[in-house]
Amino acid sequence: MPSLDQALGIHPQALMLRARRAELLATNLANADTPNYRARDIDFRKILAGHNSTTKIDSTRDGHFNSQSKGMFDAELMYRMPDQPSLDQNTVDVAAERARFLDNSLRYQASLRFLDGRFSGIKSALRGE
Amino acid sequence: MALFSVFDIAGSALGAQSIRLNTTASNMANANSASSSTDTLYRARHPVFSQVMDDFNFDGATGGSVRVDGVIESDAPARTIYKPGHPLADDDGNIFLPNVNTVEEMANMISASRSYQTNVEVMDAAKQMLQRTLTLGQR
Repeated sequence: MPSLDQALGIHPQALMLRARRAELLATNLANADTPNYRARDIDFRKILAGHNSTTKIDSTRDGHFNSQSKGMFDAELMYRMPDQPSLDQNTVDVAAERARFLDNSLRYQASLRFLDGRFSGIKSALRGE
Repeated sequence: MALFSVFDIAGSALGAQSIRLNTTASNMANANSASSSTDTLYRARHPVFSQVMDDFNFDGATGGSVRVDGVIESDAPARTIYKPGHPLADDDGNIFLPNVNTVEEMANMISASRSYQTNVEVMDAAKQMLQRTLTLGQR
């Protein structure tokens, strides 16, 4: 019997990742005037692809890294390459970060819609009308 | 839940930017407060921001908010004006005016208020995202 997790697909994970990215982008925007602050972001596609992959490396010994254990929240944070570095070493481009934040929140809402659709699908299946 | 910490992060930025706006207001208000010596003279004040690394997050890797490390007084030389008739003039007939650069302060004020607005919008977006999440599966 398929579990509820399978019925929901990738959307819950995507939602969590979007929420985390929103936090990161908010951090970038909050520190737009902080000297020496470097803007950071995560590579959404890479993390989601890693989450979906079925390849597994055998671990023959304790302490070996398990390729499956790398959860999506251990995602490596990457530093943004600034188009135009500023004198105080701050690499936040406010306009670009705002655009990314907007994009991210729209995609978050899209994931919510997908989840909503899945839920209403499950509901109508349960009712059996 | 990561979205809730957006409120903390944006909130800290609101606080920091309003301190910056406060120092700017203080500098502008005192731009022409004369004094008879450089010791008692008002000096331009500027806040210093730094990032707070938040260890309480569930993964420890995301960071955080911004805080005001302190307010420093500018070391720029005071403006000296020869005005023998001024009641605060010293023995040489000079008065001292603060080292406030009003043009710089105006730019600072605009930058601070824009940053404030940006963070308010971030909070607003996070609120909408959370509200949508709360109605998940109700249709």
